[in-house]
Amino acid sequence: MEKNQQQQKICYVNTGPGQKPGVSKFFKKDFLFKFILFFSGFLVFLLVLSIFVSLILNSVPSLKEFGLKFFVSKTWDPVFEQFGALPFITGTLLTSFLAILITIPFSLAISIYLAEFTKQGFYPGFLKNSIDLLAGVPSVVYGFFGIFVIVPIIRYLQIKLHIEPYGVGIFTASIILSIMIIPFSSSLGREIIEMVPAEIKEAAYSLGSTRFEVIKYVILPYARSGITAGILLALGRAIGETMAVTMVIGNSNMMPKSIFSPSNTMASVIANEFTEAVTSIHLSSLIEIGVVLFLVTTMISITGKIIIKKFAVHQ
Amino acid sequence: MENEVLKISNFSAGFGQCAILRNINFSVFQNRVTAIMGPSGCGKTTMIRCINRMHELSPAAYYSGEILLHGQNIFSMDPIIVRRRIGMVFQRPNPFPTMSIYDNVISGFILNGMKLKKEQKDQIVVNSLKKVGLWEEVKDGIYRRGTFLSGGQQQRLCIARALAMDPDVILLDEPTSSLDPKSTLMIEQLLEELKQTTTIVIVTHNTAQAARIADYVAFLYLGELIEFGPAKKIFTAPENKKTEEYLTGKFS
Repeated sequence: MEKNQQQQKICYVNTGPGQKPGVSKFFKKDFLFKFILFFSGFLVFLLVLSIFVSLILNSVPSLKEFGLKFFVSKTWDPVFEQFGALPFITGTLLTSFLAILITIPFSLAISIYLAEFTKQGFYPGFLKNSIDLLAGVPSVVYGFFGIFVIVPIIRYLQIKLHIEPYGVGIFTASIILSIMIIPFSSSLGREIIEMVPAEIKEAAYSLGSTRFEVIKYVILPYARSGITAGILLALGRAIGETMAVTMVIGNSNMMPKSIFSPSNTMASVIANEFTEAVTSIHLSSLIEIGVVLFLVTTMISITGKIIIKKFAVHQ
Repeated sequence: MENEVLKISNFSAGFGQCAILRNINFSVFQNRVTAIMGPSGCGKTTMIRCINRMHELSPAAYYSGEILLHGQNIFSMDPIIVRRRIGMVFQRPNPFPTMSIYDNVISGFILNGMKLKKEQKDQIVVNSLKKVGLWEEVKDGIYRRGTFLSGGQQQRLCIARALAMDPDVILLDEPTSSLDPKSTLMIEQLLEELKQTTTIVIVTHNTAQAARIADYVAFLYLGELIEFGPAKKIFTAPENKKTEEYLTGKFS
């Protein structure tokens, strides 16, 4: 009997984190600590949920009025109170995917260079710091850079190509976006490439491959899922980016005719029109666009995580 | 008369300030198993990595002296060529996790961008897998990933990968240290068979293993070659007192 109790006691002490509260003051402290941690986490969940719910609630008038037509209608006319989001959905998709296309070669090159070639020395350090700095530049500053540098260049190009020389437009916004997302895709890519086991790289070298061949046949296939996920995360950022895009996209509510047309993304139309939306239907339509934006970015980040999990190379 | 494949003379190597090998001299003979043995940290792995110029991939690595492959100094050859002619198997099995078994075997050709005809590829894959005794075990799942195999099978796959390139010499760096006794035995038997067609250099810290498979033994201690000679002689009548102490287990 006594032995049994002793055993029980030992078990009790060993259970650790799963301990029931109120047994001793130590466990009480432990419980309080655990509760604080849990609560902080739960707060984040509540915040996300309440953002989503408030967006939904505020977009009810527009949801009722337009229903699913909201997503396929090409007219956005605040004067006649006709609201359709298709031009902005198109604008967002075009700018973001174009930005990704432009950024992929650069960020891939940067991540391979930093992870595989030189790790120490002046230039790699300088490069790393510059990329970090790029991530820290406020987006309104990117907007200025776009207006004063990229827009004139694009306008010059358009004149040469005999297109209407707006300067601003989808292409300009894509270029700015592609610069802004380089830090995200390249730093994740670098980390993933650094995680490729030295053993399999050595195996490849021992078979007489050159560095390029090792990168092409061993490192990139191994890191593929991580690189894809990094690009998706960057895409999520590109879709939501507001200020810089608003400054260079040209604020046009028409369906874009080409990649040089002035347009609006979902984020930029909200930023452009929110302050002047006087009717409730206009406001709630803008908020509904916010809902779409929220859903799209969530979906992209979930897809990114699934890709990392599903296609990770099993050792 | 033994046919000399590799001749290592006055060879020293290390990293930066740290000298690991000092003035090594020995030869590797054709169709023989040469075992490099010695206690941990004596420079066995560095020695074998120098032979196919993998050593110089590490930062701050240096070397001096000569290693002759059929009379030609490997340090005046293109390292890529050296590594194609001298295959290597590592301590832990490291098949390419992104490739199938089939692709793993011909990875030497894939990695070097050599285009082969389908029949040629098939033949190389089947022959190499048969040589390492893996063909019967994997022939139904040859397009599966190589990482699904057991440790011993993976290591034999890595040997097949090295064999596929038809190298002059195969270097094995403690190939059985992460394997169970049964797989170890299998690999040892395999090496016995392979030496009919190729030349083998194996690093081991296991004296029993060296006694079982080696024809020649090089005993390294603290970066110096203490003794080199036919395995029979080393194991029965070593000349150096240090060798004897090591073999009798006085230190390890």
